[in-house]
Amino acid sequence: MKEGHKDWELVIGLEIHAQLATRSKIFSGSPTAFGAAPNTQANLVDLGYPGVLPVFNREAAHMAVKFGLAVGAQVGRRSIFARKNYFYPDLPKGYQISQYEKPIVAQGALDIELEDGSRKRIRITRAHLEEDAGKSLHEGLPGVSGIDLNRAGTPLLEIVSEPDMRSAKEAVAYLKKVHTLVRYLEICDGNMQEGSFRCDANVSVRKVGAEKFGTRAELKNLNSFRFIEKAINHEAARQIDILESGGSIKQETRLYDADRNETRSLRSKEEANDYRYFPDPDLLPVVLDEAFIETARKSLPELPDEKAARFTREHGLSEYDAAVLTASRELAAYYEAVVTAFGGEPKLAANWVMGELSGALNRDGLEIGAGKVDVARLTGLLRRIVDNTISGKIAKEVFEAMWNEGKDADTVIAEKGLKQITDTGAIEKAIDEVMAANPGQLADYRSGKDKLFGFFVGQAMKATQGKANPAQLNALLRKKLK
Amino acid sequence: MSLHTLTIAELSRKLRAREVSSVELTRACLKRIEEHNKPLNAFLTVTAESALAEAGSADRQLAAGGAGPLTGIPIAHKDIFCTDGVRTSCGSRMLDNFVAPYDATVVARLKAAGTVMLGKLNMDEFAMGSSNETSYYGPVANPWDRSRVPGGSSGGSAAAVSARLIPAATGTDTGGSIRQPAALTGLTGFKPTYGRVSRYGMIAFASSLDQAGVLTRSVEDAAILLEAFAGFDPADSTSVNEPVPPYTTLLEQPLKGVKIGLLKEFFDKGLEEATGSCVRAALEVCRKLGAELKEVSLPNLPLSVPTYYVVAPAECSSNLSRFDGVRFGHRCQDPKDLMDLYKRSRGEGFGAEVKRRIMTGTYVLSAGYYDAYYLKAQKVRALINEDFRRAFREVDVLMGPTAPTPAFAIGAKVDDPITMYLNDIYTIGANLAGLPAMSVPCGLVGGLPVGLQIIGPHFAEAKILNVGHRYQRETDWHRRIPRGYE
Repeated sequence: MKEGHKDWELVIGLEIHAQLATRSKIFSGSPTAFGAAPNTQANLVDLGYPGVLPVFNREAAHMAVKFGLAVGAQVGRRSIFARKNYFYPDLPKGYQISQYEKPIVAQGALDIELEDGSRKRIRITRAHLEEDAGKSLHEGLPGVSGIDLNRAGTPLLEIVSEPDMRSAKEAVAYLKKVHTLVRYLEICDGNMQEGSFRCDANVSVRKVGAEKFGTRAELKNLNSFRFIEKAINHEAARQIDILESGGSIKQETRLYDADRNETRSLRSKEEANDYRYFPDPDLLPVVLDEAFIETARKSLPELPDEKAARFTREHGLSEYDAAVLTASRELAAYYEAVVTAFGGEPKLAANWVMGELSGALNRDGLEIGAGKVDVARLTGLLRRIVDNTISGKIAKEVFEAMWNEGKDADTVIAEKGLKQITDTGAIEKAIDEVMAANPGQLADYRSGKDKLFGFFVGQAMKATQGKANPAQLNALLRKKLK
Repeated sequence: MSLHTLTIAELSRKLRAREVSSVELTRACLKRIEEHNKPLNAFLTVTAESALAEAGSADRQLAAGGAGPLTGIPIAHKDIFCTDGVRTSCGSRMLDNFVAPYDATVVARLKAAGTVMLGKLNMDEFAMGSSNETSYYGPVANPWDRSRVPGGSSGGSAAAVSARLIPAATGTDTGGSIRQPAALTGLTGFKPTYGRVSRYGMIAFASSLDQAGVLTRSVEDAAILLEAFAGFDPADSTSVNEPVPPYTTLLEQPLKGVKIGLLKEFFDKGLEEATGSCVRAALEVCRKLGAELKEVSLPNLPLSVPTYYVVAPAECSSNLSRFDGVRFGHRCQDPKDLMDLYKRSRGEGFGAEVKRRIMTGTYVLSAGYYDAYYLKAQKVRALINEDFRRAFREVDVLMGPTAPTPAFAIGAKVDDPITMYLNDIYTIGANLAGLPAMSVPCGLVGGLPVGLQIIGPHFAEAKILNVGHRYQRETDWHRRIPRGYE
């Protein structure tokens, strides 16, 4: 928020569309894989041909129920598909099958961590099942629009929050939390570039302390965490400027343009469609019995918050470290695998996973598991630190070589001769040489200049190419310098 | 006796006795179509070549043994059923160029049963009409009097079977579209329970009311056909997974002790007197066969028509949105933008009655009107359903007229939609409640057929067929042939 906007408060609610990771579409047997040639993954049902009928894919209900249980929501024993009617070329039937009055999930909540370390509860109004639309294609098609219906009929879970967020940062924290959760649950791949995880934001502003919400604008096309924060702040500033200059906000839908960092009006409330929702007569109500819900419950993994709590409780990690490690299920799994393989040393493992490993992954733009340092190799490296074969500093050098060359720690240490010197005689010999070569400093030290101890450590380390065991070197040096 | 006057049951015996081949029978039907179709306008498409090929393979099957009761029997489909590789117009300019890429389940099952498809039959546009006058391809004439309508929307099916061009045809019934034309052309018309027959591949008009059925020359034929295509279909979520009883073996049960309810509301002032007399005479036949007659009242039934004309248009307004000129069907010339494409493609593709219902349906679903119309109609529908349920606690089947009058003149009601809609006053109730119902011929008034309607509880197809069959054993109204078509 800009300076001078301190009197104003943001009110934000998010509508998240998560594509469910079912193999086939929600109402047809077509595959859902991304990236196929246009219209090769759309059958007659997806194309809305005359006479065809939808058949519900119950796997989508299983996934929606998993989400509902994970956010402590009510799972609808009987939910109803409704038709949302509007015309658009990428909407083959002229209506989208969605859920309206009776969604499959209602009234849940997620806690987010704020910057000051406190937690805040964001209420989830509902999550309902619906089908995705196709895509309009414009590139390389002068004068006409192409339609690709591969995406039409892909199952979506639309997750609608209450207007509980009060800053763009809170909105991003909530969005990230949902993003982490759906990937933990393995119900959505979370890929924002491919559009499998999308977000619209309802944004309004009000004077701090006001009870009534302001008029909201719906922001569309927020396709990365960074854009969302910028778009919300930009939109809030736009609204505040209007209000402060005596204007009023129009209820409308606005599109965020990431290239220009601005939002522009897409349609006003007056131009909004009357969707004429009514229950879809082609589909029976989705009736879920206790066994169905129980199966979903049993398939729930340990959720991120539970996992983080366990890491602090059982591994003695800080809350911050636990939160970082559990932000992705794969990262947490990697960390735990290292601890298990090692048989302990959780803090060391956490430091290496969050430090060198994550750094290298980020640098190379790789997903966890894609790098050349797997669980066994990182564990091998940690063993050589703990058994004093190498120092922590040398270990970083070893890790780099392992990462780049795809070798295990022992091979790198042997090839590069990085084994730590723990032979007392060899270290003493190096110390003797350093003392002989620096008589002036030795005299100064012995006359009380304690600070010169560091000088001798540095010189002795240099003489052993950094391989001397630091603890041994310190002890021997103190004895000899007396 | 000429082949064209025989029923499916009779033809089936002749085919299996090798007294006639399917190819001969098919050629005979094609000849009848060639001679008589033009003034009737019943067939929109005749698939002579593929029909003869199918007949040939039916003959091979008949020779090899293992043929079923429908092997080699020629039929035709209402043009609302998708037929792979054959134009499926739905009686509309919108689909004048539409060649379906697949078979409807009903079509596929009848094909698998060995029937020979002769072509596609005229109908009211998108099945919206009671006279077959809304068809893009022009009205169909009633073989009993070609200046009169055959009823609708399955008017082509009714005319073709009544004129003895083919032994039977499929139809669909959303508000009476099988039973009313059957009544007006002297045929047996059967609409099964909602969910008994798959709707897959049947172009939707009003999804919660549409049901496929048949128009035949006897109840027995209806039973034979129904046995072949009824039953669960995983491609239609609203089809019901219940076993299909052997209808043909249940036809002969005596009527003694069967309780028949006379629908009080059906014998009101709207019913033409002579038509009422025919229906009463039919009831008397049933009584003589041992059935017990009892008057029952369904107080909410008179609300059927207004309820139907909210629910059906609402669903149709949504179902017909897919006809947008983008992927199939009619597309206007040189659209200047997307809105122009939509407006002109739909404006040119749909006829007046379809537009009227799309507009009505759009209105009743609109914000602010939904509760007053759509929701209220659904509540009334539930009340009508409950009326029927209560009645079926006391009686086995309900009886009454199918239509208030015999066939009316072509053009007589086209400018008065309300009077036209009231023609379905006796048939709509069964659709709203999802009940099985049948019309059988029960007399002639001024040389025009009159229909007796039999309505049963959900999945009581066997009982309705049984009652209708016993009635037909005592009467010969179903064997009457319109003059000129003997």
